[in-house]
Amino acid sequence: MATTVPTAGERNRFDAGVAPYAEMGYYDADYVPKDTDVLCAFRVTPQEGVDPIEAAAAVAGESSTATWTVVWTDRLTAHEHYQAKAYRVDPIPGTPGQYMAYIAYDLDLFEEGSIANLTSSIIGNVFGFKALKALRLEDMHIPTQYVKTFQGPAHGIVMEREYLNKFGRPLLGATVKPKLGLSARNYGRVVYEALRGGLDFTKDDENINSQPFMRWRDRFLFCMEAVTRAEAASGEIKGHYMNVTAADMESMYERAEFAKEIGSVIVMIDLTVGYTAMQSMAKWARRNGVILHLHRAGHSTYTRQKTHGVSFRVIAKWCRLIGVDHVHAGTVVGKLEGDPRTTAGYYDTLRENFVPLDPSKGIYFDQGWASMPGVMPVASGGIHAGQMHQLLHLLGEDVVLQFGGGTIGHPDGIAAGAIANRVALEAMVLARNEGRDYLGNGPAILEDAAKSCAPLARALDLWKDISFNYESTDTPDAVATPSY
Amino acid sequence: MRITQGTFSFLPDLSDEQIERQVQYALDNGWPVSLEYTDDPHPRNGYWEMCGLPMFDIRDAAPIMDAVRQARDDHPNTYLKLNAYDARYGRQTTALSFIVQRPADEPGFHVERQGSHDRQQRYTIARNAALIPIGTRDRS
Repeated sequence: MATTVPTAGERNRFDAGVAPYAEMGYYDADYVPKDTDVLCAFRVTPQEGVDPIEAAAAVAGESSTATWTVVWTDRLTAHEHYQAKAYRVDPIPGTPGQYMAYIAYDLDLFEEGSIANLTSSIIGNVFGFKALKALRLEDMHIPTQYVKTFQGPAHGIVMEREYLNKFGRPLLGATVKPKLGLSARNYGRVVYEALRGGLDFTKDDENINSQPFMRWRDRFLFCMEAVTRAEAASGEIKGHYMNVTAADMESMYERAEFAKEIGSVIVMIDLTVGYTAMQSMAKWARRNGVILHLHRAGHSTYTRQKTHGVSFRVIAKWCRLIGVDHVHAGTVVGKLEGDPRTTAGYYDTLRENFVPLDPSKGIYFDQGWASMPGVMPVASGGIHAGQMHQLLHLLGEDVVLQFGGGTIGHPDGIAAGAIANRVALEAMVLARNEGRDYLGNGPAILEDAAKSCAPLARALDLWKDISFNYESTDTPDAVATPSY
Repeated sequence: MRITQGTFSFLPDLSDEQIERQVQYALDNGWPVSLEYTDDPHPRNGYWEMCGLPMFDIRDAAPIMDAVRQARDDHPNTYLKLNAYDARYGRQTTALSFIVQRPADEPGFHVERQGSHDRQQRYTIARNAALIPIGTRDRS
């Protein structure tokens, strides 16, 4: 639409100086996105006096080809092809001063299979742009052509279940507590008790790497002893997420190789390692047949506030493309941020093969996954057996429910805590499958199951009044939502 | 020891009425049911012996419960599990799997160790039951 022939009194697109972004072709209300375009929905809060369309165009410009002034070297390129285009700008109902800007990017702007490149464009410079008070990347549509350039989950939900021989119920895990300070031998004791009690997985916490009180290699050896003994005691496959997060890739590979050699089915990394390291570890996990768990350490610094940052639904999308097998995605009922509908949107993004546009879940675009396997969401943080009916209802079956305090804090010991969780879970799945109103009758179903399971009775009594009812900060704009 | 593979191993053994309700759930979802038995329930044993083909076209729980009872008669004192299979695009895997018969005595497993360098151990999870040649063990 931009023209290089000026009419009388109009500015030439290529006159030297500063021109509004909207006039340089970064806004085009008539643009119809192509099937191959990457689409973004940005929540834009312009500074006072800045026109929202100009603000949207500036976002499009700064996240694609533009700089602050006109450059003649644009004329050496097919610049209209490379310019991102804001094609729709809507005021957000009920929030004066905020606008949803939809921006289309040609696929040529991005390197195949590189989240680092995608994010350097889309969230590279633009979030510090002075003309905006705040900016949030709410959602992103990745075209199938681009999806297919990514590896995707090293194994995915279906393969993980077949690998573990566990079907028809959520998986159960626990993070070893206290997070810091246990010696390797004591740490392995927690793992053994939790796994032999009935959990499927135990987990290193995000900040357990290789500290003076416990070096990684010692932890791995003691944990593998614990895992193996629990497998023999139960006849089930068990795993401990061995956190291989380290200061450099060489160390991460070294730790992951060691975990594989001693027989661990799963290793873990933290989001803090960065997208490129995550992609490297996903390739490693695929090549070596080891499940890859991702802890989203640090994400709340940029995902939680509604006006500025990147929504977790976008991070979840990137994580699926990158290729992790597990990622923490919220509990709704636990101690950490999680509006129910918004969280449902994350879970859909991780698990479904096609996720339709649904403003009530904060989903702004259709997203097809072209058969890319799903990522197993992990629910962790302040959940306990007494919430089992809510957890099953809200989060479904393909999820790892992690009860850290809810296992290790059991007054009769860690194994008793694990038994309580596993019995509560199986009783709830049984009731659901029988067609009972398990959500409405959840407490009664748990009380019934506790009649033949003293550890569950003890857990229900101890934690019966624990809930975390705080208002969520990150909620969809479309509907008011209940809190649990 | 009690092997805890399967969806419901931490609950008291299911009655036939409870099993039938789970079968009905599977059929309501369009999942064909199959039965498999073994005397080698090693956690890595992915191939228990099939009791015939999956019951693809049966819509009623009653004949499936007859098949469960028949399988118990045919293979007493073994592990018998009931699987429901989800053939939908994107799943194409087992949806539900639980044990419907256990041997009177469950011998379980132990850990065999091979010492290695640098404090490493090479582990094998080995059965406590005596070995019976494969191919003959299920004809007892």
